[in-house]
Amino acid sequence: MEGQLIIAQAEVPEAPAPIEPGAPAAPLVDTPPLEPGGEELHTEVGAEEHGATFPPFDPTFFASQLLWLAITFVAFYLIMQRVALPRIGAILEVRRDRIAGDLDRAEQLKRESDAAIAAYEKSLADARSKAFAIAEDSRKKASAAAEEQRRENETALASRLAAAEGQIAAIKEKALAEVGTIAGDVAGTVVESLIGKRATADEIRAAVTAAGDR
Amino acid sequence: MELDPIHQFEIYPLIPLRIGSLDLSFTNSALFMVLIVVLTSGFLIYATTRRGLVPSRLQSVAEISYEFIASTLRTSAGHEGMKFFPFVFTTFMFILIANLLGMFPYFFTVTSHIIITATLSLAVMAIVVGYGFKKNGLGFFRLFLPHGIPMWLAPLIVFIEVLSFLSRPLSLSLRLFANILAGHITLKVFAGFVVMLGTAGFLGFLGAALPLAMTIGLTALEFLVAFLQAYVFAILTCLYLNDAIHPGH
Repeated sequence: MEGQLIIAQAEVPEAPAPIEPGAPAAPLVDTPPLEPGGEELHTEVGAEEHGATFPPFDPTFFASQLLWLAITFVAFYLIMQRVALPRIGAILEVRRDRIAGDLDRAEQLKRESDAAIAAYEKSLADARSKAFAIAEDSRKKASAAAEEQRRENETALASRLAAAEGQIAAIKEKALAEVGTIAGDVAGTVVESLIGKRATADEIRAAVTAAGDR
Repeated sequence: MELDPIHQFEIYPLIPLRIGSLDLSFTNSALFMVLIVVLTSGFLIYATTRRGLVPSRLQSVAEISYEFIASTLRTSAGHEGMKFFPFVFTTFMFILIANLLGMFPYFFTVTSHIIITATLSLAVMAIVVGYGFKKNGLGFFRLFLPHGIPMWLAPLIVFIEVLSFLSRPLSLSLRLFANILAGHITLKVFAGFVVMLGTAGFLGFLGAALPLAMTIGLTALEFLVAFLQAYVFAILTCLYLNDAIHPGH
């Protein structure tokens, strides 16, 4: 291997010799048949060189690599910048917008349902207070009516009481008035049976009155 | 030749093209670069044809890659950094697909050549320096003197900062190049052991199981490295762009 390497390296300085006449020949004469010939010669030499020098450090194809790197990289850049990336970017943008839009819509729907709930709560509260007012009102009315009834009954009872009292008074008066006559009768009878002689009505009345006054 | 671990990095012309003394042949490397562009662009465009509100699997892969880079850039370079989003995305995708394509047997790995990684990192630095001066003018030099540094320390700090700034393209390109190169060589060497031992009799056949297991493990590791190096490149690009946008630290 070492020997090979040395031999190969030794060949390298010799190698350019055939190229030199070939290279100027190309620009001088435009005849195509000459070029491939020079090229073949060159590749043969190249192959020999590759056995010796480490390919990544071999400058034979540096210019070619630079050129093709520039061409492909610039083309790649342009395709990415003009076509591929805007496409992917647009897809992502559309998705982001759609998600944001959906979130907005959800937010709006939530607001609407909140408003509906608030309205429902309010009407419920209204109905409740209305019902309370109605109940209160009817309770008041009922109690007023009851009061009225009670008052009426009271007055009726009072009048009946008064009438009854009057009647009692009249009966009492009448009874009291009759007490004098009964007392006179009794007194007359008692006096008659005691003394055998009838007392005059005036005498008896006077006596009864005197006794009643005492 | 079959077991030569370096063979996989060789470049050979497919369509010879020569302008003056410059060899600009369409090589296998160029073919894979074209393949990267065609495959990635084709995938991203095909995956997004339906423009589904609910993404299909392919579409969500495209969306995830978009949002992954977008959020990385936004968190490290702020909202202003988003103007570099196409560039960062392109760089990340180019490196990632180059690394992943390189994982196929017999495929060429574009990023295993220092000239490619160096060019990419120099492009990043050119954008950083160009935009930094365009936006901040000479204020871009504040990058080299962080706030709140005592004046007597300034010369030392400026020296270190300048040195670290200049080493950025170097580390950026070497990290990617070396990781991919070393990974592929290791993989090839261990895979070579399997063949060598496997054809060396019964005991060798049994012994080949060891490097085979190693190769399987390394393949998984290389997939990780393929993604990780693309991500590291992208996030460092984001951080450097942040320096250009906000040089005052």
